[in-house]
Amino acid sequence: MSEAMLVADRLTRHFGGLTANLEVCITLARGELHALLGPNGAGKSTCINMLSGDLPPSAGRILLEGQDVTGLDSAARSHRGIGRSYQRTNIFPQFTVLENCRLAAQSRRPRPWRIFTDAMKTSDTVERARAAIVEAGLGGREQRKAGLLSHGEQRQLEIAMVLATDARVLLLDEPLAGMGSEESGQMVELLRKLKQNRAILLVEHDMDAVFAVADTITVMVEGSVLESGPPEQIRNSEDVQAAYLGEEEHG
Amino acid sequence: MNSAVVTLFKLAVLAGLVLFPAIGSSFYVELVAKILIMAIFAMSLALLVGFTGLVSLGHAAYFGIAAYTVALVAPEYEAANLWFVLTASVLAAGAAAFFIGLFVLRTKGIYFIMVTLAFAQMAYYIFHDTALGRSSDGIYLNVKPDASLFGWAPFSLDEPLHLYYFILAAMVAVFVLLAYVLRSPFGRVLAGIHSNEHRMKSLGYSTFRYKLAAFTLAGALAGVAGFLYAVLFGFVTPEYLSWHQSGNVLMMVILGGLGSLAGAVAGAFAFIGLQEMFSDWTKHWQLLMGLVIVAAVLFMPTGLAGLPRRIFRTVNWGEDDE
Repeated sequence: MSEAMLVADRLTRHFGGLTANLEVCITLARGELHALLGPNGAGKSTCINMLSGDLPPSAGRILLEGQDVTGLDSAARSHRGIGRSYQRTNIFPQFTVLENCRLAAQSRRPRPWRIFTDAMKTSDTVERARAAIVEAGLGGREQRKAGLLSHGEQRQLEIAMVLATDARVLLLDEPLAGMGSEESGQMVELLRKLKQNRAILLVEHDMDAVFAVADTITVMVEGSVLESGPPEQIRNSEDVQAAYLGEEEHG
Repeated sequence: MNSAVVTLFKLAVLAGLVLFPAIGSSFYVELVAKILIMAIFAMSLALLVGFTGLVSLGHAAYFGIAAYTVALVAPEYEAANLWFVLTASVLAAGAAAFFIGLFVLRTKGIYFIMVTLAFAQMAYYIFHDTALGRSSDGIYLNVKPDASLFGWAPFSLDEPLHLYYFILAAMVAVFVLLAYVLRSPFGRVLAGIHSNEHRMKSLGYSTFRYKLAAFTLAGALAGVAGFLYAVLFGFVTPEYLSWHQSGNVLMMVILGGLGSLAGAVAGAFAFIGLQEMFSDWTKHWQLLMGLVIVAAVLFMPTGLAGLPRRIFRTVNWGEDDE
């Protein structure tokens, strides 16, 4: 395994009497895509929310390249290189595609005191934004209003915004949700490309996509890690089949 | 209706305001000066309500604090230096906004509305009931500030025309300043916070700091308005800080159209113009004003600023606001 970028060390989260995550351990490595699977209510969202800083853990630590980032909020973690996309599309619908990504890029060079500068003419942020848009496969749609994009394009925009922040660790929450087969094919290609020099955590329900692109799969059930390993091991695991894949057939 | 036409229209309005004293009686010149001051006040609130999504119901506090600063700092029977008292008032209003912002910006939505109101009421009672405000009846500003700069006086505020043009220049300056702020990277962050604050945080913005900066700037600019108001009428009263005043300026912003500086100016003109007209007809003018506001919200959801576009019905100008 290559170098570890983000390590979740026994993350635990209680909501009142409910334990949503119990001692979850996950390691994300550069160049790898790590998929997080599990039935609804398994605690995947809680886990990704703790990793991104949207939710403080009740116990456990989060290490980014060896440094403890557990106490940092999402804005501070973003500056350390953790970027996140959301399950429910979370963009600036009134802005153009370019402006969505330009705002993301601007967060790296805020200089808020320069109030007589035209934001649209800050060439470094505009260039960074354009590069991210092309990398996410949205080239040519820079001037479209984000709210008018197709669902699949909005999912791509989510990722483009994360790329525009120069994130090295990507936490992607169901980027394929609601996508048609052609769109999800393109997204899988994009994920393959993106993981080359980044570490990716992918929460996803689309089994075909997960097995096509993941290097490591962690299966969660009822807030705990059931099994973690390469796709072949997970595919053949009886525990996983019993707990998760079997249930899929019923529901 | 492209942007050149809009610019031309704004310049025509400006020309009209510059030429107005040539045709208007002194009563109307003073009325327009009052409207211009309220336009500054409305634009400062528009920065919060229309552009950042922070609905403050206590904006009169900063207006009133600046007005009181002039009255308290100026000597009783001599002229204060204009530039000194202007700076002092704006700093006082900005400092108050910064301090109050530290608390209120930790709340959201309806709670934000309530706590901005609560702080403004506290400020109101400080001037109404304590020795600081001297008397609940208010304070007279007997002598208008002196505009001398190093012994040279470019104009005299004792002259109604000079005062009018000074106020007009301040209004234009605030308009231009805010127009620049809104298109700057800082302004775009405020727009992002308005659209989706959660996402701004996850993109790495400490949104609290940006909101605090906007709140402070808005308070300072409300202070410019409060300062000019005290100078124009030579009198300050705790009513300047009352929640009626906060409500009125909010109505100007809504009437003008959220998210437009020119709309805030138009809202001030419409609100005070109607107020004058209705109070000529009846002492129950607030009833009529209420009806107008209800009608405006129902039939003119984009406010006065959206009216030309609605009239001409030409499609999408490609602007990124709704």
